[in-house]
Formats: sequence, structure tokens, C-alpha cells
Amino acid sequence: MAVIEARGLRKVFGTTIALDGIDLRVDEGRILGVIGPNGAGKTTALNAILGLIPYQGELKVLGRDPWRQRERLMHDACFIADVAVLPRWITVAQALEYMAGVHPRFDRSKAEGFLGKTRIAQSSKVRELSKGMVVQLHLALVMAIDAKLLVLDEPTLGLDILFRKQFYDSLLNDYYDRSRTILVTTHQVEEVQHVLTDLMFIDRGRIVLNCSMEEFEERYVEVMVRPEHVSAARALKPMHERQVLGRSILLFDQGDRAQLAALGDVRTPGIADLFVAVIGNHAAQAQGAGR
Amino acid sequence: MNTESNVLRETALESTRVAAVSASPTRPFYWSVRRELWENRWIYVGQLAVAGVFLFGFLIHMTHWLTKMRGLSADDPRGYWETMTLPYNVAAGLMMVTLILMSVFYCADALYGERRDRSILFWKSLPVSDLTTVLAKASIPLVILPLLTFAMIVAIHLIMLLVSSLVLPASGISVASLWRELSIFQMWGMLLYHILTAHALWPFPVYCWLMLVSGWARRATLLWASLPVVAIAGIEKLVFGTAHFVEMVGIRLIGGGAPTDVTHGEMFPTGPMTHLTPLRYLGAPGLWIGLVVAAVFLVAAVRLRRYRGPV
Repeated sequence: MAVIEARGLRKVFGTTIALDGIDLRVDEGRILGVIGPNGAGKTTALNAILGLIPYQGELKVLGRDPWRQRERLMHDACFIADVAVLPRWITVAQALEYMAGVHPRFDRSKAEGFLGKTRIAQSSKVRELSKGMVVQLHLALVMAIDAKLLVLDEPTLGLDILFRKQFYDSLLNDYYDRSRTILVTTHQVEEVQHVLTDLMFIDRGRIVLNCSMEEFEERYVEVMVRPEHVSAARALKPMHERQVLGRSILLFDQGDRAQLAALGDVRTPGIADLFVAVIGNHAAQAQGAGR
Repeated sequence: MNTESNVLRETALESTRVAAVSASPTRPFYWSVRRELWENRWIYVGQLAVAGVFLFGFLIHMTHWLTKMRGLSADDPRGYWETMTLPYNVAAGLMMVTLILMSVFYCADALYGERRDRSILFWKSLPVSDLTTVLAKASIPLVILPLLTFAMIVAIHLIMLLVSSLVLPASGISVASLWRELSIFQMWGMLLYHILTAHALWPFPVYCWLMLVSGWARRATLLWASLPVVAIAGIEKLVFGTAHFVEMVGIRLIGGGAPTDVTHGEMFPTGPMTHLTPLRYLGAPGLWIGLVVAAVFLVAAVRLRRYRGPV
């Protein structure tokens, strides 16, 4: 079942094209990472999916039109839009009470259970909590909602590595159960590599890569080439080349692993390296086209 | 027997728990109003502060008031009544002025505060419609603050009555005459009527206008809200040489011009000559035109909130 289905999704702010006709389908049970440079249109796409902004084109989220039916949609979807959107005056106890009062799928005891594992006291106000604790609180509130779709926009921005690791661990262990769908944007791509089931790169309002992690692992190969084989490896048309500690690392799309293994050490690339390669090429193409 | 009842109790517990989970009735409007009261604690803290300052002044002024009372003769019932009830009317008047100020500042921030602190993204992540949110906010100046003000006035009056009843006999004035002159329940009834008609419903379009602008402006909401009023007033002055518009808005805000009663020159709406005219009030076109305008502003505010994100 498609949780999100978009066709020709387009959004223009003044003269800036934020989304340039995106086609997208996200099935139930996927964890999709949306990766892109600043201003690529990630947040715009998420905002459209959550019914926060009007858009052109077709978009159905859980079978609903998010812009016209945001309130209904929020019964089954929830989101953490950016860090630190919890009102600073609210106390933890008030937040729990309020959520239980307005959300039919919120399980207060579950949220209290999550909070019990942290150092957050129910009597504290949000403004008294550290940045990491605010994110923990928000995650506890959101994970206690029995939702079908969870959207996270840079949920770990500005957190230290311990909090970031903990964040994704609890998301996977305490929340994700294969019937839920998660959409996450982040710049900390290395940390989500093992979390995702699907990967999507956005640049300048367009999708430049969209594949499952299995496809990703099959399709892309990185070779740390031995110095004597460099020219032979370059002849195989790598999509990207970089130097690390004096050694060439070449990234291949659809490379023959057996053939490449003869030239050096073969491994699956990191998302970050692929990102640099794909977005870099995309930028070069765009420049070429502009000229 | 014992175990059986235990089992029964447990089954009963279990079934209520199941019911609680499966039904879990939500009350978005109620909780949205609660949210406003949590977020804007200053609206009742402020009223408490004003009430405290007044009561302090009343206690200090007590001896002066008693001297004045002793100097009154029974031949002047009007003067007697006025002196006797003056502090009570002043207390009510002061709280009503506070009510107007609180309402103005609340409304000017109502749909702005959540955009300024970005929490609108949190509120919009929950299944509460923009309509519910805006109506909950509108209920603060329309219902919550007026009733709160009335309750505060009653509390102040009760404290004043208690203090007076303790002090008056020592000065040779009978407590009974105070109660007789004051006819406190009638006074409260008239005050409640006055607050709801003149200070809640009558200025409601002005409050809704402030709320609408608070949902639109990126900063300085009060300034943006007053600009069109000043502009229209300026044009009117230039073209017609009159100042009806600015008078209309200003007078409406302070509850003036509402056909709630005929006062026969009374200074306070609780005077013995005051004659309440609820039917005339309900039949006044000014009331209904105002409410229609208020509804238009509210609908616009609901639509606006859909489009608005953080400032």
C-alpha cells in the first residue's frame, strides 16, 4: 500500500522553484531518508506532505489530500518539524495531558515509560531542559502516538553524538515495527545509513536518486585503487574520484565487482560519498546546461 | 468469596481499562482553551495583582471612608448610598478597565505568539483544526476573561464586606445599613449583565480584528492593527471633516454606546436609577452588525492560520 503518492508535485515561492514536479511513491513499512543540500526542497516536500503548505500537482498521503484534510491526516501521521518547536512555557506534565486530551491515538503510559528512561522530570518546563532533552521529550511524545506515518525533519540537528545515536536507536527499537512508515531528512547521513530501507537524493527541487538500500548496495561500488592500477581503473569510467591519504578512491555505478577487485579493495560506499558524487555531477551538468 | 470478589474487581478494572483505551474520547476545544490558560498565565496573575493593589488601597483609605460615613445624615439618602457604595463600584470599574487591557494585549498576541516561538509547527502536528484553535482563542476575550473578571469582582467585594463588617460597628455605623444600601446580589447581577453585554459582546469585533492581524503581521501586531484605523480616520477627516470611525472603534472597545441600560446620569452601571434594557440591547443593529463583522474576521483568521508558519 502506498503511504505517500505524489505526481508532478510542484511548489514555487515567488521566483524560486522549490519543488520542480516530483513523482514519488513511498510504501508502507519503509524508512526513507531524504537527503539533499541546503535549499534543495527537502523541507518544502515534507511541508507539502504534512499539509502545512499548499502545492500544485497531485499528492495523497494515507489516501488523503494533506492540504485540505490536515486535521484528519494528523490522526494517523505525526511529525517532528525541526528541533525545538515545543512551546517553551509548557511543562512536561502539561504536554502529556494535552496530547492525551486531543490525540485519540496517544498512549500516555507509553510516553511516561519513554520519559522514565531519561532524566526529564514531569514538573520541568521545556525552557529549563537542555536541547538534547527537548528532543528526547518530543520523541517520547511522538513515539507514544500509534501513527502510520512519522516524518522527521532534521530531528537531531545540533545534538551531540550520544544523543543522536540514542535517538535512532530508540526509534528503531521502541517504535519501528514494519507496519509504520518513517520519512527522515538529515545532514548526518553516515548515522542513518544503517537505519534506512530507502534512499532519496533531492537537488534543486528534483529527485536525482531514488532507490532501496539493497539496490544501493548492489549498484554502487567503491574501490580503493592500488597506485599501479589507477589508469586502468579510470578507463572503466568511474562516476567520481577522490584522494584519501595519497590513494585514489573511485566510485562506480553498476561496476563489475570481480573486475574491480583485481584493481584494489572493493567496498560499498557511504551515503555521504555517493551524495557528493551524485550531487556534484548534477551541479556540473546543470552548469553545463546553463552554458 | 474473597477471591471471587477479587476476580470480579479485576475484571471490572480490566474492562474499564479496555474501554478507556478503545474509546479515549478527545476534547480538542476544551484542551485548546486549557492551553491558552497555561500559556497566558499573566491574564489571571495580572488581574490578581490589580485586585491586590486595590484591596491594599482600600484598607489604607478605610479610616477616611469611615469619617466620611459618620458625617452623613439620613436626610440625604442619595449621598448616603453614593458614599457607601463608592469603593465597591470603584473596585468593579478598575477590574473592568483591567479586563479591557488584558483582552487587547491577549488578542494582539493570540495568533502571533505561536508563530514567533515556532511552536505552531508542534500545534499543527496534532489533530486539532485551525477552526478549533481560533475559536478557543476567541473564547478568551468573549467568555473566559469576562467571567474571570466577574469572579474577581465578587471575591474583592466579599473581602471588602468582611473587612467593613468587622470595622463598622466600632465606628457606630450599623452593618445592616451597609448591606441594605449595597443590596450586593442585585449589584452582582447588574455587573455580570454589564460585563457580558458591554465588555464582551459589544467590543468583540475589535478583539477579532486584533486576532486577525496577530495572525498576519510579522512583528508589531498592535501597530499594524491600528494603522488601518488611523488611515480610515485620516481619510474621513480630510474628506468629511468628521471623526465618526475612530470614535466608533474607540468607544466600542471601552464598551461605550452599547444600549445595555438607561442610566439617567448615573456614574456607575449599578446605580439605583439605572434601568436595564436587555431587549433594546438585543434589538440593536449595532450589536448584530458587530457580531457579523466579528465572524468575518474570525473566518479570515482561520483561513490565514492554515497558510501561516513560523515568523
